[in-house]
Amino acid sequence: MHNYLILLRRELGCYFLSLTGYVIIAGALILLGLGFAVMLLAYNGDTIDVPLTELFYGTMFFWLIVLVATPVITMRLFAMERATGTFETLMTAPVGDGQVVLAKFTAAFLFYFVMWLPLAGCLRLVHHYTAAGLGFDWWPVVSTYLGILLIGSLYIAIGCFASALTRSQIIAAMTSFAIGVSLFLLSFLRFSVGQRSGFAAQVATYTSMFDHMEDFVRGVVDTRHIVFYLTLTGICLFLTLKVVESRRWR
Amino acid sequence: MIEVENLTKLYGRRAAVRDVTFTVGEGEIVGLLGPNGAGKTTIMRILACFMPATSGVARVAGLDVFKESDQVRRCIGYMPENNPLYHDMRVREYLKFRARLKGLSIQESRARVDEVTERCGLTEVSSQVIGNLSKGYRQRVGLADALVHQPRLIILDEPTIGLDPHQIRAVRQLILELGKDHTILLSSHILPEVEMTCQRVVILHNGHVLAADSTQNLQQRLTGASQVLAEIAAPPDELEACFKQNQDIEYHDISPADSGYCRCTIVPRTSMDLRPVIFELVRTHGWCLRELTLSRHSLEDVFVHVTRPERDEEES
Repeated sequence: MHNYLILLRRELGCYFLSLTGYVIIAGALILLGLGFAVMLLAYNGDTIDVPLTELFYGTMFFWLIVLVATPVITMRLFAMERATGTFETLMTAPVGDGQVVLAKFTAAFLFYFVMWLPLAGCLRLVHHYTAAGLGFDWWPVVSTYLGILLIGSLYIAIGCFASALTRSQIIAAMTSFAIGVSLFLLSFLRFSVGQRSGFAAQVATYTSMFDHMEDFVRGVVDTRHIVFYLTLTGICLFLTLKVVESRRWR
Repeated sequence: MIEVENLTKLYGRRAAVRDVTFTVGEGEIVGLLGPNGAGKTTIMRILACFMPATSGVARVAGLDVFKESDQVRRCIGYMPENNPLYHDMRVREYLKFRARLKGLSIQESRARVDEVTERCGLTEVSSQVIGNLSKGYRQRVGLADALVHQPRLIILDEPTIGLDPHQIRAVRQLILELGKDHTILLSSHILPEVEMTCQRVVILHNGHVLAADSTQNLQQRLTGASQVLAEIAAPPDELEACFKQNQDIEYHDISPADSGYCRCTIVPRTSMDLRPVIFELVRTHGWCLRELTLSRHSLEDVFVHVTRPERDEEES
């Protein structure tokens, strides 16, 4: 635990004390702002009966940010340590492999969370300008953030895994981007399965992240989704740990 | 302090280290010497618990490096090859981070970091970003990191590589000082380096131990056949005849030098010193002598002698 906190602090420092972290946040902010502006222009003056978060989700900028930002956030975690050789100094200090993996994951995850905070600011802005009494529901915002964090945890874990595989940051980013996009595209399998029932259709529905997020932005918190993301995150982190340990038997 | 028995490490089917056995006693400074690819780094990585051996046993302070790796890592200070550091951190911040990671409390780490920064001459750069430091300073940061938790054993992989002569001298001085209260294992392919800092040398070649002995003994092994160099002003054929008659001379070589002198290389039959014999010879003939030297073998000769290609052929 002691070592975990020290490593976490160092990893967070890496994001927040260097320019890279702010560049990533700035990039995400541009996309977020674009999405928000598109949404405002489209619905300006209309009376709408769905949560604002659902409208924002409808612009698809959400997925763009998740798919592009997570590989960029995670690519340096292990790949850079391997490339510069600091992996050796790190692993010959009395720390456990599990502590290293967890600390790196947590740091990237916290950074990802911070990156999404401006969204709340945007929504607050709308809240400020909506006429009093019309009501602005904060509950979907909370569930949207839950969805953002759950999907984020899976994508960050995938990024950790990809980064642990190689010493090149570019390859790490491309690998996690490819896995991430494939998983996302699986969501659309549901449309081709269509109305059919049966095992394949059920699997397609269950793994459709696009639909999961749709539930979250509407304010629906389904425990099946939570279990889905937590187990997949756990599996990815376990694989990462195995890759890090692999130097012992390779 | 270090016991290595029949250590073997295979990378795929290629053996980087084969059946290596050596020991290092408490308080010794021992050098691992060998050409590139001899297996020095592999042995050090195994000892530092970065990766396990394929077979064989390695113990540090009586603890198995694979089974009790956590405790072993606590009593080792390791500086890997090329001295990797976090270039985005400040010197003091980095050393504190490393000290805390190695299990020191906040107060302890503060005190120890102060001590090692001073000892390694880092005081004036302690608040600089490591990436902006010169290579010499970075090397000192690496050394400071290796000894921040007061390890019993310090392992340094090529500690002076890429430094200029002044920096090499400073690092060497530091290593000698550290040797007073730590056991040190260092690797190098630079011979004078090892000759000057180490009491004992383990010579590796193609993953084998070729020789392991004190630097003096290794030199003496070869000085058994120490040759004498002499420059004598005499007719070459007379010299030739004199050398041939002498029972003590095994081999001689005469080549003409400037202003009537002859340059002679003379090898004795036994391990005796030939200089008095040559002098006596010159005196009785009334020749003139301007040089008479016993050529001492440096570690370099030992190294070249034991790692020369013929050995490979003998083995295979």
